[in-house]
Amino acid sequence: MSDTRVDPVGEFSVESLKANPRQARKERLIRDSLGATALVSVLISALIIWSLFSEAWTFIIEVDWGSVWDIGWFPRRGIYDIKTLIVASLIVTGIAMIVAGPLGLGAAIFLSEYARPGLRRTLKPILEILAGIPSVVLGFFALEWIAPNVVKSIFAGPAAGSLLAAGIGVGVLTIPLVASISEDAMKAVPMALREASSGLGARKITTTVRVVLPASVSGLTAAFIVAISRALGETMVVFMAGGAAQTATYTHSALDGSLTMTAGMASLARGTDAVVGEGLTFQSLFFVGLVLFVMTFGLNLVADRFVHRVREQY
Amino acid sequence: MAKARLVGHRTSKVMAQAMERRTADVRGRVFQMSLLTTLLISLFILGVLIVDVAIDAWGVLTGRPGGFLSGTMRSLSDDPKLGVHQALVGTFWIAVFVAVLAFPVGIGAAIWLEEYAPKNRFTRFIELNIRNLAGVPSVVYGLLGLFLFVEGLGGITGGKSIASAGITLAILVLPIVVITAQEAIRAVPQELKEGAYGVGATKWTMIRSQVLPYAAPGVLTGTLLSMSRGIGEAAPLLLVGAVSGRLGTNPGFFDLSAINAEAFMAMPVIIVEWVQSSGRDPGFAEAAAAAIVVLLVFVILMNAAAILMRNHFEKKRG
Repeated sequence: MSDTRVDPVGEFSVESLKANPRQARKERLIRDSLGATALVSVLISALIIWSLFSEAWTFIIEVDWGSVWDIGWFPRRGIYDIKTLIVASLIVTGIAMIVAGPLGLGAAIFLSEYARPGLRRTLKPILEILAGIPSVVLGFFALEWIAPNVVKSIFAGPAAGSLLAAGIGVGVLTIPLVASISEDAMKAVPMALREASSGLGARKITTTVRVVLPASVSGLTAAFIVAISRALGETMVVFMAGGAAQTATYTHSALDGSLTMTAGMASLARGTDAVVGEGLTFQSLFFVGLVLFVMTFGLNLVADRFVHRVREQY
Repeated sequence: MAKARLVGHRTSKVMAQAMERRTADVRGRVFQMSLLTTLLISLFILGVLIVDVAIDAWGVLTGRPGGFLSGTMRSLSDDPKLGVHQALVGTFWIAVFVAVLAFPVGIGAAIWLEEYAPKNRFTRFIELNIRNLAGVPSVVYGLLGLFLFVEGLGGITGGKSIASAGITLAILVLPIVVITAQEAIRAVPQELKEGAYGVGATKWTMIRSQVLPYAAPGVLTGTLLSMSRGIGEAAPLLLVGAVSGRLGTNPGFFDLSAINAEAFMAMPVIIVEWVQSSGRDPGFAEAAAAAIVVLLVFVILMNAAAILMRNHFEKKRG
């Protein structure tokens, strides 16, 4: 049938629509190599889990468990009290959230609901600059400024490092994180909800508190969970301003110096070569790392769920 | 009927009162002011931080700026040869590793995820995996570097070397590169892609000629942000083993043998080092502040460039 038809273009058939084989091969090659780069991330995850587990497993099998629940963190003396590190981490994270929660959320509400576009364009980049400041700088600031000017004069604590100084420093570090995720969540609330609320005669404050905040609650929850996870994993501020080096005795007072999980790892590794070969010192590093990884991983997964709920809603 | 009229009458009276009332909305005002205060507190902290660092750094940076940039690590803070040269070299090479390893892999992964990836469970797994990697604490990446590049592949990387540190930091920023590049690529309008297909472009030609140029500013913003994150990160370097104390050698910027030499320094680590030394020699606090200024100049310039570029293109495209 088709051969009876006159084809004005000439030899036009299904064959002409197919790419030439050389080009098709090139396309496939590009697709596959791009796919390979995407697989690199899976490889990295596998390597992280492998490195943590293989060394931590040696620790778990060989350690005397009495030394994992003891008086403090003295890894070079064979005392690996994980409770000291976890409690210090929780104290720092708690203080950080007391600082970053209200400040970050307040900034986010202002930027999303109250600031005029011009003001927002000026204020937001400054907040983003704060987000880009390296944690060593905050560590220096916590030790040299927050400790003498806030911890000592307001809380009558030490002028040198303490968990409180470190916690405030970590809090400052997480303000932009809380602010930007919360602001995104509030911006995602449809304008129609605000207009409906105003149309019923609600004032701005009522609209914000009774409509926008409840509607964005999943996103706000996600912001807080991500911030908690970030604060748990923050190393340098606590390492520099936490008020303890190498070892720490158990404490639950924020005015004392102690080591968090992260700072414990950093100060243990700081002794360079001594890390390798001394009993289980090297392995204890990975055991603490595994505990930290499991905690932050769990929090991140939960936060991811909440973020997705926001996307599905609107 | 009469009742309805009464209600109507009362409603209109209430409405009239409400519209004529001039009392200020006190609660609303207080609320707005306290919100503004929280924002101003954050900005105030940023201001105090910068002023505090600048005051501490003033003596060193105005006294001998050249000497500080070309000097090396010393055991005394009043040594006229004290400076950050070794750390600058280390940070320069870390930046090279990040640019060479993390940028191509990250952008490639983003292109695949947005343009090629089938919509199935495996793709969703990869995306979830990347989001999770972005949330892994940096110190854990340090453990990976210690286990894999210092201990495992020490023969190739030279152990506690700049190569180990550079690869570790490239891995650390990879998820940020992927996520930001993905966002930029996702924003490319469908019409552009269809137009390219319409004139007979293959998939890759379409990506190269339409997607990448359109997404370029967004991708560049992401790479700048991840680079500034990479050069400011200290925790993994402590684990991968930037040396403490004095560094024997002072390699030049393009001394390739320094890459896998068993000793290196980097800007964020030298700050930690000097802050800790300030306990026995208070002059080191000023040296640390001066090093912070040097680091912040790079980091803030990169961040500001990224933010300005993003805002510029956002406005242009509406």
